[in-house]
Amino acid sequence: MTNEVMQIEDKSFEFSDAIAMAGGIDTSWCYQCGKCATGCPVAYEMDLTPTQLMHAIQLGLKDVVYNSNTMLLCAQCQTCSTRCPQNVDIAEVLAAVKVLMQRDKKKAQIPDVLKFNKRFLGNIKWFGRTYELGMAAILKLTTRKFTQDVGMGMKMLRKGKFPLFPRFKGSRVVRKIFKRARKQEKA
Amino acid sequence: MRYAYYPGCSLHQSGEEYDHSLHAVCEKLDVELVEIEKWVCCGSTAAHNKSKLLGASLPMANLALLPKMELDEVVVPCPECFSKLKTAQHNVKEDKNFRKDVADVIQTECNEDALVSHPLKILSQEPLLSKIPTAIQRDLSNLKVVCYYGCLITRPAKIAAFDNCEYPETMDRVLQAAGVTTLDWDYKTACCGASLAMSKPDIVVNLSHKLIEGAKAVGADAIVVACPFCHMNLDARQPDMEKEFGTAPEMPVLYFTQLMAYSFGVEQKELEVNKHMTDTQSVFDKINAPTEEETAPTEKEEDFFEELHSHK
Repeated sequence: MTNEVMQIEDKSFEFSDAIAMAGGIDTSWCYQCGKCATGCPVAYEMDLTPTQLMHAIQLGLKDVVYNSNTMLLCAQCQTCSTRCPQNVDIAEVLAAVKVLMQRDKKKAQIPDVLKFNKRFLGNIKWFGRTYELGMAAILKLTTRKFTQDVGMGMKMLRKGKFPLFPRFKGSRVVRKIFKRARKQEKA
Repeated sequence: MRYAYYPGCSLHQSGEEYDHSLHAVCEKLDVELVEIEKWVCCGSTAAHNKSKLLGASLPMANLALLPKMELDEVVVPCPECFSKLKTAQHNVKEDKNFRKDVADVIQTECNEDALVSHPLKILSQEPLLSKIPTAIQRDLSNLKVVCYYGCLITRPAKIAAFDNCEYPETMDRVLQAAGVTTLDWDYKTACCGASLAMSKPDIVVNLSHKLIEGAKAVGADAIVVACPFCHMNLDARQPDMEKEFGTAPEMPVLYFTQLMAYSFGVEQKELEVNKHMTDTQSVFDKINAPTEEETAPTEKEEDFFEELHSHK
């Protein structure tokens, strides 16, 4: 905790404006009632509660936000967004923070979460539909956690829970959507 | 009745038994599900974390395939897909410019008015709800279960627009109609940690363990789910829970469609419960356990015992 006096300048709003651009959510409605933090099932692992993160966004404390693990740990259960008395879609704000982090090429406190996202999207770009087995294998390899869950994975394979081979269905459509979305956002 | 059907990636892979049992249930109730032929992934938890436009375009590309099928309602059993389709519709409706951007990306009109329904919705409404009891062929009243709805069927309320987001009851109603006893419990809409399943399994183990403890506290024989990811977390993570907390939960986890199909006379083998990681045999033993009436001695046996006693 710091006792320094903080100056709020025009610049302070740049970050919340960027969040509004990326996610379409106006964070200024939040008055820190704490309801999102109370209902969040993962708050016990977060260094900043969702309420504190919202406050940091309002104050324009970009580094504080990027260095926290809050948005990375979000399980996207939507409890916060459902219960917010000010109708702020907090889960969408957390997603927007992740979007900006990737755009700014910032290092994440828990890299695995963004790696999973990347692998997942790479997977559907290739196959059009998720190829679960391939995704799990590549993710565990690239995060160097191959031993994690390997026992569970083998048991699942034996039970025939995963088809071994992918099917390419709609991969052309998906690739085009990716390409056009990217182009549009750059424009 | 005829609906378009969007299974989602999971239901053709790790959640295949959900897909098959849903079809079995629908067949018994004369509901036809027509799979959208060229569907693609909805983007799930990942796409909107990369870009909002991408996150809305993938679902809308799928919904744009509906008019050709001449169907205006699509049944989506996976809550993740359900939520993504609904959210995309909501975002497109709210912002005209965004709607145009999405239409440019998918290169066709946005179909934001298509009805997106979870199977629980059509099953809990008339005329199907009153049809369910007529299809019962097996008595499941011995069985006591808790219904686990998870996050995304009901949340966020303004987008999902389905049931009560804090205390939903549709699955209870549907299963009760199929003759199953459902119990009141605290974790109906608690989160199992789904989207962290691959990247932070320790959190999943912790959250899912709490859920299972909650189910045990009210004396449930099984947890019944409506989501392939909830199923994966609650079912397949039980060995990890044993490692973390010392005791094996040994809690069977079933899809609500599997129980319904069993009630409608589908054989246990066809339910593919052998694909579940935690043994579910206890559920079927409980269902088929002889009732008190059946174990009570018959008149003939009673006479025999009486005679035996009188000889002494």
